[in-house]
Amino acid sequence: MTSPHEIDASFTALPYRRMAEAALARAQDFHVSHADFRFERIRSQDVRVRDGRLQGASDSEDVGFAVRVVLNGAWGFASGVGLGQTTAVHVTETAIRTAQVAAAMTSRPIELAPEPTYRDVEWVSAYDIDPLSVPLADKVDLLAGWSRQLLDAPGVQHASGTLQQVVENKFYTDLSGTTTTQQRVRLQPMFEAFGTDEKSGVFDSMRTIAPPVGRGWEYLVGGAYDWAGELEQLPGLLAEKLVAPSVQAGRYDLVIHPSNLWLTIHESIGHATELDRALGYEANYAGTSFATIDKLNTLQYGSPVMNVTGDRTQEHGLATVGYDDEGVRTQEWDIVKDGVLVGYQLDRSMALMHPELNGGRSNGCAYADSPGHIPIQRMANVSLQAAADGPSTDELIGQVERGIYVVGDKSWSIDMQRYNFQFTGQRFYRIEDGRLAGQLRDVAYQATTTDFWGSMEAVGGPETWELGGAFNCGKAQPGQVASVSHGCPTSLFRDVNVLNTTAESGS
Amino acid sequence: MTAASPQELVEHALKATSSDHCVVIVHDSTSANLRWANNTLTTNGVMHSVTVTVVAFHGTGEGTASGSVSGSAASTEQVTRIVEQADAAAKASSPAEDAAELPTGDADADWFDPSGETSIEVYSTFAPALGEAFGRATAEDRILYGFVDHDVTTTYLGSSTGLRLRHVQPTGHYGCTAKPTDLSTSAWVGGATRDFSDVDAHAMDAELVQRLGWASRRVELAAGRYDTVLPPTAVADLMIYAYWTAAAREAHDGQTVFSKRGGGTRIGERLSDKPLQMFSDPTYPRLEATPFVSASSSNAIESVFDNGLPLSRTSWITDGTLTALLQNRYSAKLTGQPVTPYIDNLVVQVDGATGSTQDLVAGVERGLLVTCLWYIREVDPQSLLLTGLTRDGVYLVENGEVTGAVNNFRFNESPVDLLRRFSHASATAPSFSREWGDYFPRTATPALRVPDFNMSTVSQAN
Repeated sequence: MTSPHEIDASFTALPYRRMAEAALARAQDFHVSHADFRFERIRSQDVRVRDGRLQGASDSEDVGFAVRVVLNGAWGFASGVGLGQTTAVHVTETAIRTAQVAAAMTSRPIELAPEPTYRDVEWVSAYDIDPLSVPLADKVDLLAGWSRQLLDAPGVQHASGTLQQVVENKFYTDLSGTTTTQQRVRLQPMFEAFGTDEKSGVFDSMRTIAPPVGRGWEYLVGGAYDWAGELEQLPGLLAEKLVAPSVQAGRYDLVIHPSNLWLTIHESIGHATELDRALGYEANYAGTSFATIDKLNTLQYGSPVMNVTGDRTQEHGLATVGYDDEGVRTQEWDIVKDGVLVGYQLDRSMALMHPELNGGRSNGCAYADSPGHIPIQRMANVSLQAAADGPSTDELIGQVERGIYVVGDKSWSIDMQRYNFQFTGQRFYRIEDGRLAGQLRDVAYQATTTDFWGSMEAVGGPETWELGGAFNCGKAQPGQVASVSHGCPTSLFRDVNVLNTTAESGS
Repeated sequence: MTAASPQELVEHALKATSSDHCVVIVHDSTSANLRWANNTLTTNGVMHSVTVTVVAFHGTGEGTASGSVSGSAASTEQVTRIVEQADAAAKASSPAEDAAELPTGDADADWFDPSGETSIEVYSTFAPALGEAFGRATAEDRILYGFVDHDVTTTYLGSSTGLRLRHVQPTGHYGCTAKPTDLSTSAWVGGATRDFSDVDAHAMDAELVQRLGWASRRVELAAGRYDTVLPPTAVADLMIYAYWTAAAREAHDGQTVFSKRGGGTRIGERLSDKPLQMFSDPTYPRLEATPFVSASSSNAIESVFDNGLPLSRTSWITDGTLTALLQNRYSAKLTGQPVTPYIDNLVVQVDGATGSTQDLVAGVERGLLVTCLWYIREVDPQSLLLTGLTRDGVYLVENGEVTGAVNNFRFNESPVDLLRRFSHASATAPSFSREWGDYFPRTATPALRVPDFNMSTVSQAN
């Protein structure tokens, strides 16, 4: 991957190197077994339009640093916002004090898997135009114009649009001598049209299915996505959905488009194969996992056509970075191979606990969402692979006698061990005798993870593969958010339980 | 760079702005946390942050535009940069639809007081007791996983119209999950606190032991509708979602459960035939919350032009009737209703209801006691159908007593519909939502008994 950009000079001008030297030197005074210093600047901008007008815009810039130490086998973490060496030393001392308090309650000493040293390396993500360099007025003109275009269409009563943009700079150094400086860009545009069917009183909305991406402003104006085509279609799709028949609950074959399936992958594979969850470290909050470590290489996760990778190097991926927040160079690896669980997502402490995974080396999944938070194990881009000579979407639909074609994500929920899930979508099409036969309403599909992936009969070919993703995935206490992408092809599932959501509500 | 007090940061920003008007909000926050799993501490932290938000207002021939920029800042030099960016954003922006005169006023009496703060020492009693609980749990084949967090945030709000408002908000919560070493079952306790003086790690552990003991008998039940007792924590899980979706503008635009079919909102409509009250009150004892509007950007609920507006007790549901939705001044104009802004706490009560969760359980012939709910998401905005799961303790109730632990379920239910269908309520008590409590811990709710709670499918998770 190459980027035409260098690290922003306004970031490199900040005094973090001197602060880092002061912090690490102070940590060494206490004979720590590990110390790292992380300095971050996260700039973001949110723009919201409604009915063709600007509703609100806000910018933020989070600048700060964190010191993490291992002292007497216990973590100590502290963070601050000042930009001087004195502050860095003070925060380091707080981290030391915290480790001292923690030591009395730490029964399993903290140790980190070894990692080669990377001396003063830089990495910049792949994008063309820094979105924060584009004048706000230009963004408002574009977004308000698209929102107005939706509003002006027949049947649309209201239209909204949002654009979230993030530019993240991160400097990391530790006592082993690794020093990394990185920069990455991501954004998420979204437009939604709202309408009501006067006859039934039913209201609903139809949203764009364009995914969030690790790209710059060119994503909106550079032809990387067909915005004009999707916005033109939304009003008609909404009108059809408003008068569509309500689904009859029962069991159906499902053909699922990547714009929906990415989220099922995220919830039922991505989170389930985080080793911290499998080992109980999220048990009080995000939960554990049914895919426990004793099932490695034996758990039949899904059908033999299921191949899933973890990848922190995927171009334009939201979890893509050169080095993680523990100084580990990022990688790609197998998680599910021919339907069998073969790998997990790791950070350095967990990699050392289980040297049978990835050769005892972390696969680069430590991440903190801000300078105020400690790095935890976070998700790589977890993706389902296409079949090299797999069918097209039409061919997959053609294999279904009675089923539903699912496009776009909406509601999602899964239990704390990642078994039982329920998803809805933007639109659902009835499949009859291998052909689409109009939209349906009120559809939710519900399954358990291994049943669902076991029912996957076919994955589409490379031309059906798309990269979706989430901008704000939550985990940990205190809560952190992370962005992550998931690629997948259109796929065919047999005999899945479908609910009627209106019936579920008792309406 | 020069370190500056929050008040100096505010005054510096107001002096530096080139816009017609300006609002400055400073959040000075310290927090300390401990996290544990597998009977050992896993992570911890002590954090300090100072976030400055500058909202600049710029008059144009067609109206007033606003620009909002937030940033971490510890010096006047950093604030100058934020002000310049906010001024530029306001000048580059188009006129705001929610433009209004800024609130006016004077300085609070405590304006010049320093920020409140916390430190790791807030756990000086709790932490040793937790360490003892780890030892006891290990000896008794039990595993503890949990988290405690204490945060003190002082908000300073200053405006070019004279307001100088200050509020200190202590926020704390605790939660602990326990499992036997064979991981066959799970139990959870948790709650909110302002200072941790009322949190006892030994008592927390003892309650977990009792709940794990209830699981000595396992009962597998199928999906279906059950006579279900939801304790205050689960009621908070559901009612917070109803509160968050109560934006008047979105209801007026026909997009939520609070929209009237054919147009307008459902304000004035009876949602429950019980004497049910739902309100927010920044002065409610033990749930005290910021008593003025503090908005960094405009959205369906908040308006930056409302910054500094005083907040007072607001009744959302009165005697079972919907009486207000979340209104900023702009949406209030659209809907013709009073201005009733968002407040950072929520109380639900049923007049005349007494007793506790256990008293509701005592009245159940055969049904379920659900400890807490999880992964709650909206399925259908028109009915506010939510889906989610039970977690860490579903118990079988027979003849008024807990007789065993039951498998988990996925539910599909609407909190608005539950207000119509519940049969019994307990007295209102401080509660803590398992799902949302980390973000919205200031709730007081009753336990509710729902005769036909929809457990849609079985979850194998334990």
